[in-house]
Amino acid sequence: MVEEVLVTARFNAKVDPSLTIWSWEIAVYLFLGGLTAGIMCFAAWSLLADKDKELPFAHNRFALWAPIVLSVGMTTLFLDLEHKLYVFRFYTSFQPASPMSWGAWILVLVYPLMVLQVFSTLRRGYPVLAGWTEKIPFGTGLLEFCERWRRPIAWWVIPLAVGLGIYTGVLLSALSARPFWNSGVLGPLFLVSGLSTASALAIIGARQAGEKHFFARTDLTLIGVELMLIALFLINLSTGTEQQLAAVHMVMGGTYTVPFWAWFVLPGLLIPLVLEAFELRGIRGFAMIASVLVLYGGFMLRYLTVELGQLSRWTDYGIQFDPQLLLRLTP
Amino acid sequence: MITYAMVIDTRTCIGCGDCVVACKNENSVPAGLNRDWVVEETRGEYPHLSTEFRSERCNHCAHATCVTNCPTGASHYWKDTNIVLVAAEKCTGCKACIAACPYDARLIMHPDGYIDKCTFCHHRVDQGLDPACVSSCPTHCMHFGVLNDADSLVSRLLRTRNYKALLTETGNEPNVYYLV
Repeated sequence: MVEEVLVTARFNAKVDPSLTIWSWEIAVYLFLGGLTAGIMCFAAWSLLADKDKELPFAHNRFALWAPIVLSVGMTTLFLDLEHKLYVFRFYTSFQPASPMSWGAWILVLVYPLMVLQVFSTLRRGYPVLAGWTEKIPFGTGLLEFCERWRRPIAWWVIPLAVGLGIYTGVLLSALSARPFWNSGVLGPLFLVSGLSTASALAIIGARQAGEKHFFARTDLTLIGVELMLIALFLINLSTGTEQQLAAVHMVMGGTYTVPFWAWFVLPGLLIPLVLEAFELRGIRGFAMIASVLVLYGGFMLRYLTVELGQLSRWTDYGIQFDPQLLLRLTP
Repeated sequence: MITYAMVIDTRTCIGCGDCVVACKNENSVPAGLNRDWVVEETRGEYPHLSTEFRSERCNHCAHATCVTNCPTGASHYWKDTNIVLVAAEKCTGCKACIAACPYDARLIMHPDGYIDKCTFCHHRVDQGLDPACVSSCPTHCMHFGVLNDADSLVSRLLRTRNYKALLTETGNEPNVYYLV
């Protein structure tokens, strides 16, 4: 028997009795960051592959969603900071060993590039917006410049978007002090999930049946890959250290088994997998609900991962001090 | 690089908590927050039990994952030592360092929001003094000094006594040692 108890008070806010430093804000950011990466990849790929006819939504209109989605994510990321006025400090140094520093600088590269990507498709995708752009000084020149250079822009978008998608996972996996996150599979898993959620969004946004069909087929493959990566992730943790075994037990028999399997894997991956398979077999009417479920699953993956990582730890004391008890002292 | 270490004799520690109070006084740690704490570990089956008291804090790791994960350089080593500090004016409160510390030794300094931790009382070390917790220990079970100096008390204690450090398997190279 080994029992460790604290004999002096330690009840540091958001650290004890288990970490609660990151909440929905980070989960939303990781979800939207992955979704942005997926949107950029599909928009760039459809342009490079000249899919103007087959995939008009992805080719002309999808790119505009990326900066909107990412900006919402950046807002929630900002909301999470405890020392908000010092946010500019991300950009007064570059720390090569810190994935978060990489992420901050990747975003500096991604933002202008995604704006150029939007301008390169604006006239075809959103003529009204293009009309407004032409009215501002240098607007017409900007549109023409982006259209002329749209292929090089798309070539640059793909590696940066992949970097963005992977980084959202590496951000967590690099934190070796949290056993549930400490797996190299998390980076690819979040990237594939980002691509999958972007496919789902494209199914919702696309108007042509052929394009919906294409993205349903793509998403089906991506969900399959995602399921395989989740299996690898669980195998990785199940064959790891004592701390990783304790961490994976939370979803393999422990307190988070039902949330993980019944609230995430089943409705977020398996049901949409079946529904999209129905859709491809010609049984229509399920595409929309499948897409919504995929988006829900993408968020749940981040939410549960953020939560479970913080519940897994190296040190585990019986916390004896309960600040609530102090309240009873006052009559 | 100068490596400062704390060597704590678990055989003479009585778990009084004076180190915790001394730290709060010296560093004006707000109510409800703690930079150090005392753990009582009991092993065995009754009646064959053994108890150990440990005064714990930041381990001022030589390979500190909180420093490597800090995106702004706010978490840093003080001068050319292993003393890990947080520069409040560079800290965004992103909390990556809290997640990166296997000892859960970091805390959010309310209400300012930057991250805070044990500093080994570097302001006292700068003047040649021991950290407040070490100075106040009534049983003199805590020792502080330079590990690179073979003649220092901490080096001699580690040479002559059995000791352990916490979670060395993390690879963080902690510098708080416990004599057992």
